[in-house]
Amino acid sequence: MNARFLPYVLIAPVTFFLCVFFLYPFVLVANQAFTADGGYTMENFREVVSDWKFPISLQNTLLLAAAVVPVQLALALLMATMVNRMQKGRDLILYVWTIPLGISDLAAGIIWLAIFEQSGFLNSMLDAVGVIDKPANLLTYQNPWIVFLAIALAEIWRATAIMLVILVAGIGLIPKEYYEAAEVFGASKWKQFLRITLPLLRPSLQTALVLRVILAFEIFAVVAALGGTLFPVLMSETYAYQFDLLNSGAAAAMALIILGISIAATLVILRALRVPKGATI
Amino acid sequence: MAEIQIKNVAKKFGEYQALHDINLTISDREFMVLLGASGCGKTTLLRIICGLETATTGEVWIGGRRVDHLPPKDRGIAMVFQNYAVFPHLTVFENIGFGLRMQKLPNDEVTRRVERVAELMHIEMLLKRYSGELSGGQRQRVAVARALAMEPDVILMDEPLSNLDALLRMEMRAELKGVLAESNTTAVYVTHDQVEAMSMADRISVMHKGKIVQAASPIEVYRNPAAEFVAGFIGNPPMNFLPATATGNGQWRVAGQTFDGPDTEKTLKFAIRPEDMAPADTGLVAIAKVIEPLGAHLLVTCDVDGGMFRAVLDSDTTVKAGDRLTLAPQPDRVRWFDPETTLAVA
Repeated sequence: MNARFLPYVLIAPVTFFLCVFFLYPFVLVANQAFTADGGYTMENFREVVSDWKFPISLQNTLLLAAAVVPVQLALALLMATMVNRMQKGRDLILYVWTIPLGISDLAAGIIWLAIFEQSGFLNSMLDAVGVIDKPANLLTYQNPWIVFLAIALAEIWRATAIMLVILVAGIGLIPKEYYEAAEVFGASKWKQFLRITLPLLRPSLQTALVLRVILAFEIFAVVAALGGTLFPVLMSETYAYQFDLLNSGAAAAMALIILGISIAATLVILRALRVPKGATI
Repeated sequence: MAEIQIKNVAKKFGEYQALHDINLTISDREFMVLLGASGCGKTTLLRIICGLETATTGEVWIGGRRVDHLPPKDRGIAMVFQNYAVFPHLTVFENIGFGLRMQKLPNDEVTRRVERVAELMHIEMLLKRYSGELSGGQRQRVAVARALAMEPDVILMDEPLSNLDALLRMEMRAELKGVLAESNTTAVYVTHDQVEAMSMADRISVMHKGKIVQAASPIEVYRNPAAEFVAGFIGNPPMNFLPATATGNGQWRVAGQTFDGPDTEKTLKFAIRPEDMAPADTGLVAIAKVIEPLGAHLLVTCDVDGGMFRAVLDSDTTVKAGDRLTLAPQPDRVRWFDPETTLAVA
């Protein structure tokens, strides 16, 4: 076959697949979001945005992302740097650290629910050592910060490894000579991290952050397990519109709003971590 | 003053002994070349001086100060790496100024020094570029400029020219030698290229299997190799060797000819450089095998006493393959080696 066309032929199946099962439904959803009573309108958007739960769910989603993603980034960087220095057992440690990735997010939420609920491990432990008199119900509307903390903890536990895997691969690509040069020219280990690792890791940081931030805006199952309706987020509202209120127009509008936020965040990340032309490894 | 003293330095990587008991003194402002084939330990020795590697035993002194326990930055050194290690995410200016920034020098001092060395290395027009926009030769210049900007006592170079093409290498060789001579620093330069070593060094340390075989001026290393390895390694084509038998009273029989040599009972090898011979009426009988006209002279590979032998003759010599030549070695250029110790015998 003509070598000029071969690449296009090879990517055709996956392109076709994505068009049929992703692009087409997306167009349908977008169409649905802008349609009400048989005509094109912004009515669905007006409806969801003016709902009293919208500002709270938006705020919760953004707060969660703002609290969880930086902690995950710092942890993933720390873990990636440590694992990169290891001579032996590196793969074993990586496997162990990525175990949470193999668990579904709902299962992860239930695991942490088993810790935080009234008869859970945390209460039993505190009770056993005598810190508290009787098991307390932590995950209630009186303790919004505990709910928030529990969800954040579960998310950090569950999804740090996805960033870790990307950053480990990225750090491995940085030639050792740069660190030697930095050391000879007087950079401490910390300075080497700031001046060599971080800037040279920008492409991996972009990927890891974009992926993680998008997933953070889509948080659902962990919140459903730990917070239920106490802690509305954008995704749980979308679910409620679709399946509880049977208002698929509004659900579609919510989905588009989440998409818009994700795109905006992606653009900000790409812009902030862009690598100037000629400055790649 | 930055004299480097290496005292009894040895290095083991696991079971592998990379360096054996190295002792070497490099004088202040000397250009010392560590020369040897790959795996001889020259880069390991350089990295020990630098501080990127720790010696298993022994001491390193720079400028009268013991430094082997100090990190690289406290040794008064700068280094040029083989692959340049020019930071890709920094501009040429920030690369050259990297060490100065780490020392927290004021901005105007950084600018002054960077501009001075950039001018010295002829890269002042590249200061705003990134390394990805530079050619190999330009990157090389940035790496040297970065080292010079530190105004170090000692500059260490690990095969800095090995990644350049032949023409550029020759140009940079001369330029580097000039720049370093002016900078008044002590230089330690690692290379496997004997031409580079000969042309740049004040002194060459020839290394072999983790030992320094000979440390002497280029001409001394060339004329009076201390060991067979040096004789074979330095010079292109290398020295010729022939077996010799003692006939008593310092007389030696070599390929049917008699030569004056050391008065000893041992068996020795006779050695002569290819260019230290000329056709004459009496001498070693050689059958020419391959003739290579090299312009300035003629390289003749021939057969002497059943062994391979090379002679560099005047380009006017008329000789063709199969011819019988009589080659007379210059008596004062003949050297003798002990095959048992491989060392030179006077």
